[in-house]
Amino acid sequence: MTITHHLSEPLVMAYAAGTLPEAFSLVVATHISLCDECRARLGAHEALGGAILDAVLDAKDAAAPASLAPDSLAATIARIKAMDRTPPTPPRPPRTGLFPAPLRDYAGDGPEAVKWRRVGGGVRQAILPTGRGATVRLLHIPAGSSVPDHGHRGTELTLVLQGAFRDDSARFGPGDLEIADQSVEHTPVAEAGPDCICLAATDAPLRFNALLPRIAQRFLRI
Amino acid sequence: MTERAGAQDDWNDLMMRIRDDRDMAAFADVFRHYGPRVKGFLMKSGAGSALAEELTQDVMATVWHKANQFDPERAGVATWIFTIARNRRIDALRKSRRPEPEDLPWGPEPEPDQADAISLQQETRRLGAALAALPKAQRDLIERAYFGDLSHSEIAAETGLPLGTIKSRLRLALEKLRHKMS
Ligand SMILES: [Zn+2]
Repeated sequence: MTITHHLSEPLVMAYAAGTLPEAFSLVVATHISLCDECRARLGAHEALGGAILDAVLDAKDAAAPASLAPDSLAATIARIKAMDRTPPTPPRPPRTGLFPAPLRDYAGDGPEAVKWRRVGGGVRQAILPTGRGATVRLLHIPAGSSVPDHGHRGTELTLVLQGAFRDDSARFGPGDLEIADQSVEHTPVAEAGPDCICLAATDAPLRFNALLPRIAQRFLRI
Repeated sequence: MTERAGAQDDWNDLMMRIRDDRDMAAFADVFRHYGPRVKGFLMKSGAGSALAEELTQDVMATVWHKANQFDPERAGVATWIFTIARNRRIDALRKSRRPEPEDLPWGPEPEPDQADAISLQQETRRLGAALAALPKAQRDLIERAYFGDLSHSEIAAETGLPLGTIKSRLRLALEKLRHKMS
């Protein structure tokens, strides 16, 4: 897999810091599962987190340590003794289908396990359950069809899992991540060949009928 | 600048003793150094003092419990503890799940490459020094990103820190692993 479109620097840092909404983290973790370059970048940004933890600068500094409770070590050793009796969690089994492990936890082994819903133009989607702040869905776009207008109001991340799509300036194949914000106006088209399957997350409600009350939007999870 | 210059090597040694010998005295040393740092990190991230204390004890117990996963070729002690504290924070403060990348079939090797671990340590130490040398305003901005004060769109694209050298080292380690797997 040759990946040409990677995570942006702020996305790697925010994922390393653990501050992204769950929907974005899912897209980032899925890309990293496919991309050693971004996995190494994540490791470097985690090292920066370690350097911040380790920094002893001055007491007024943001990273100043806090004093522990007097019995802290004894209480921790008591926890260790209690934890030693809990069985360790087994590792995740290796990949068998199209979906890497983080996505598999949400959507099953591959497209055949997904409960797709038609959204028009031959396109199907499945919204995955995640916490607040952003939404994520799988898109199945027939080869040659337009990717539905996702109306960027915030940031949208689109990760290609199978097939490819193309817009005016670039082609996005398996593993590639498109990062779009308000300034991007485009109509990507799925290439001929295998149908295009993407994982797409956005931190803004998708553009929809403006008269639809916000509460209904939340209910419909769009 | 630091309370114990060049102490990174010592922390790695202590962590190896926890991992390989289940050495409780070594754990107490690591606890005294990193416990207050983890608590400070959690409080800066929005936890009250009581919750931060509770979570710190939990994080440090996890350090003991998961010591078999510590691999100095992949991450130094501070980095490794940071990731445990970060994950605990997401769980407890943000009350959300953290999707994790697919596991690679590497764990601590029976015969770790000492040279690789040492150069990663040296580069990590250089990173710490570069962080300390940043102008205070810029350093604060980076720290706030890690404490959860900044959204991804507010994070600057360039830190000016030597992250590239650590990235290249980890990239080489991944290539070696892929080579072994194929
Ligand atoms: Zn990448």
